[in-house]
Amino acid sequence: MKQKNAEYSLSMKSRKSRTLKRIAPNWDLYIMILIPLILLLVFAYYPMFGLQIAFKRYSASGGIWGSQWVGLDQFSKMFNTPKFVQVFFNTLKISVYYILVKAVVTVFFAMLLNVVRNKYYKKTVQMITYMPYFISTVIMVGILSQLLNSRIGLYGNICNLFGIEAVDIWSKPQYFAHIYVWSGIWQNLGWNSVIYLAALSSVDQELYEAASIEGASRFKQLIHIDFPSIMPTFVILFILSVGSMMSLGYEKVLLMQNPLNLSASEIISTYSYKVALQTGTDYSYGTAISLFDSVINLVFMAFVNQLSKKVTDSSLW
Amino acid sequence: MKKIVFGRKGFNKLSADDKVFFLFVDVMMFAVLLLVVLPMLNVISSSVSDPNAVMQGRVFIFPEGFSLAGYKAVLKDSKILNGYLNAILYTGATSFLGVITTILAAYPLSRKDFVGRNGFMMLFTFTMLFSGGLIPSYLLIRDLGLIDNRLSLILPGLVNTYNIIITRTFFQSNIPDDLLDAARIDGCGNTKFFIKIVIPLSKSILAVIALYFIVANWNAWFKAYLYLNDKSKFPLQLVIKEILFANSMNAADGASAASNEGVKMDALSEVIKYSSIMVSCIPLWCIYPFVQKYFVKGVMIGSIKG
Repeated sequence: MKQKNAEYSLSMKSRKSRTLKRIAPNWDLYIMILIPLILLLVFAYYPMFGLQIAFKRYSASGGIWGSQWVGLDQFSKMFNTPKFVQVFFNTLKISVYYILVKAVVTVFFAMLLNVVRNKYYKKTVQMITYMPYFISTVIMVGILSQLLNSRIGLYGNICNLFGIEAVDIWSKPQYFAHIYVWSGIWQNLGWNSVIYLAALSSVDQELYEAASIEGASRFKQLIHIDFPSIMPTFVILFILSVGSMMSLGYEKVLLMQNPLNLSASEIISTYSYKVALQTGTDYSYGTAISLFDSVINLVFMAFVNQLSKKVTDSSLW
Repeated sequence: MKKIVFGRKGFNKLSADDKVFFLFVDVMMFAVLLLVVLPMLNVISSSVSDPNAVMQGRVFIFPEGFSLAGYKAVLKDSKILNGYLNAILYTGATSFLGVITTILAAYPLSRKDFVGRNGFMMLFTFTMLFSGGLIPSYLLIRDLGLIDNRLSLILPGLVNTYNIIITRTFFQSNIPDDLLDAARIDGCGNTKFFIKIVIPLSKSILAVIALYFIVANWNAWFKAYLYLNDKSKFPLQLVIKEILFANSMNAADGASAASNEGVKMDALSEVIKYSSIMVSCIPLWCIYPFVQKYFVKGVMIGSIKG
């Protein structure tokens, strides 16, 4: 018995020292990663501990750690607020609209651009369509509000030209989702297509040769070669976008909001920001809303990932 | 053997079906080009047009009249100049420190003999899936006493997992293990190898990462909006946000339009909006043609192992 113990402790020791032996020569690598690690722990992980205030009633004296636990009170308050239900469906509507339009338009654009025969023409289209991606949100919404101004903007001017009365689309809630989605497409179409173009350029050229010897037109090749070859990329990107479905960013929406379109433009992230940091100071309630949001995202992502694993073989994990 | 079947063949040799299809594609792409370019042209033209022409809605694609009144007003505004300097400070500091942070994390994570690298990697990638969110982050900055402090815009942005992953992928595929073995035999330690060999071999990825940081930080406004109260510390985007969205969109319909002077003021303020948009875009548009390929390169590296 004693012998066994001794053996055991010996093997533990040697294993420990073996690990140590593997770590020791690389001690400086651990020092290197120390700075990023500390920043990560402070600015990414510490706020995750801050999420506990979603289950508390935050008080200035108690802070994050000392406030009183209230269980799921904040969440039941959330579900009992009619405003939240409206905000939830606004978010869902805008997200689904954007994800679907983005997926279809980007794939369509990338496949057609890949067909263009003239190298310089293709390069020019790429270069110009990437440009809007580098415009900041502030400037993007600024440009939008100028262009779509019914009185002096390009939109208003064109309507006047044809003698049509320009509707002030900024003040009408029913136009909000369209403005948001199509301006997003305008800004990101080129950039989002980069990854599809890369997938298309790696297609085996012999496939096209074989197809054209068989007499398949370019259009037929598009459907039978190009389209299947970008499907895996498409699935992965689609999972990713579904996974961030409920996390419509506040930056753009906040700038696009005005009192008249609020019934359509208030989304979860802006609502949570407002109750906690702008019009109110209810940190706990705001955090509960955004935590609920993140959890839904994770669930969505896991679900779509499983689904695509079953149906198509491509998945994120 | 022909490499690109349709590229080399003359257009006339194509079948009728293909001719129609290729023409259709070219026309579609031209339409996309116009959709992207025309709105931008309208903004550029409006910024140099006669303020009254802008106000009367006469500007379409080309400038109507010519006036630099908007630009003069914008450049005279000390807030804009100050915002520029602040933006350069924040962007410069975050990008420089961000690149350093990125490679310090990416290099150890790229080494196969780095014990615990999978654990560290998970620690980093988890933050891409889940985060504490806005309010806990705000409370953290507040509790650290960084409200109204310039560091609040610099420190939280240094660790960017996406950048770390593409840099790590680059190291893994571009720094051969043999190189490290050879250096070791010559008595070169990790730190020396990293500084003397890895960094000089990785200039292209450093450029890509630096550009990502520069664009993201030049365009950022929300953190500044959240954490800063002191207007003298505002970065350019926040200053411009105040100019663009200060008077609500239909303010000109109000009482001020009644007087002649009021109309003139409103016309100028509209042109100022266009000019300040341009003033913010011009720096990025100037470097854009030269750096565009680096951005695409980054996306490629990132997509190898996303």
